[in-house]
Amino acid sequence: MYPFTYQRAAGLAQAVASLKADPQAKVLAGGMTLLPSMKHRLAAPSCLIDIARLPELHGIRLDGQSLIVGAANRHGEIATDATVLASLPALAALAGQIGDPQVRARGTLGGAIANNDPAADYPAAVLGCRAEIATDRRSIAADDYFQGMFTTALQADEIITAIRFERPRRAAYAKFAHAASGYAMTGVFVAQFDDSVRVAVTGAGPCVFRWEAAEAALARDFSTAAVQALTLPADGLNADQHAPAEYRAHLAQLMTVRAVAHITGHAA
Amino acid sequence: MKIELVVNGEHRTVHCEQRTLLADLLRSQLGLTGTHIGCDTSQCGCCTVHVDGQAVKSCTMLAAQAEGCSVVTIEGLAKGDRLHAVQQAFSACHGLQCGFCTPGMIMASVDLLKRHPAPTDEQIREGLAGNLCRCTGYVNIVAAVKTAAAQLAAAPSAAGHGDRT
Repeated sequence: MYPFTYQRAAGLAQAVASLKADPQAKVLAGGMTLLPSMKHRLAAPSCLIDIARLPELHGIRLDGQSLIVGAANRHGEIATDATVLASLPALAALAGQIGDPQVRARGTLGGAIANNDPAADYPAAVLGCRAEIATDRRSIAADDYFQGMFTTALQADEIITAIRFERPRRAAYAKFAHAASGYAMTGVFVAQFDDSVRVAVTGAGPCVFRWEAAEAALARDFSTAAVQALTLPADGLNADQHAPAEYRAHLAQLMTVRAVAHITGHAA
Repeated sequence: MKIELVVNGEHRTVHCEQRTLLADLLRSQLGLTGTHIGCDTSQCGCCTVHVDGQAVKSCTMLAAQAEGCSVVTIEGLAKGDRLHAVQQAFSACHGLQCGFCTPGMIMASVDLLKRHPAPTDEQIREGLAGNLCRCTGYVNIVAAVKTAAAQLAAAPSAAGHGDRT
């Protein structure tokens, strides 16, 4: 690692001011992606501003139809939290599939959403649950937030404070994990609301996206049969040493069927 | 920078670089070389220690992030000459060959047994998903964790200093 200065933020406003003052500074939350990137010298921030202990970034609570999760809440907490398990169990199940226990003990929801790794799990739940991303200065709809590979609507000095998930009637996340890394080769979050269905696909493309044809089919008929014959076009999907685009397109359809099967209790 | 933390029950004040990793602080400055570093990609889990009671990879955490925390390493598990039940079980079940991954395996196992006191094979394998072993094929490691679980259920005092974590 190149040398840097470490600063524990005394408060959210101070962390934002530090980011504003130094464009090379970065926010440190769990560090599960940032620190390995720095060890490999893929990132070399001048300063790390540690926000993990700021109390205003912690807390899981219900607010009407919404579930609010603090940006600094860790994957392991979200996977086992009684409120999440009772109100949005698909999110708890998703969080429990991230990385490994040691990673889940450190990594945070806000960090993952800010990083927007194309193969990360949370973006599928955030987009699938019509979530709002609350920051130090505004609230951003998930539909506007995820903009491309490692790219979001966040400004350089903006810090996520919480995610407000809209609670669907029913939801499930199905993931085909890469055997070594555990990241999603493709993961699909299906959420059934009273007025619509959301299908959010992660891992398959450069950025999480909604599969609108599957949403329309499931809105007409919420069953595995409705998505059994659908095909996701492979154009623009990721192709690498692990899988060609066509394989990821196939996985997206298969994971959609599995998520729906999980929700309806019917075999895929 | 100056950091204050508790390591294996002992209060320590250390001075290190701001970029120092917790694993390096433990090994180089505190001489606790039982914590191993087996990769540079945060995947092998050899460096697993407990921070405030939770298993973490100390190679992927800055020493500065552990300020004010209680850290337990493999050296802190035994009670004097009496090994922790998980250490005993790894020995009895031959849950190791070269031994390089063993400190991390044991620290992760102690953590998983706190979450799942009577774990299934699947829970053990899932609980150790962040730890790689190149020798054993994991079969004896799973057996060791099961043996330790039974021992701890029969005699909770076999946890040694597990209560410290």
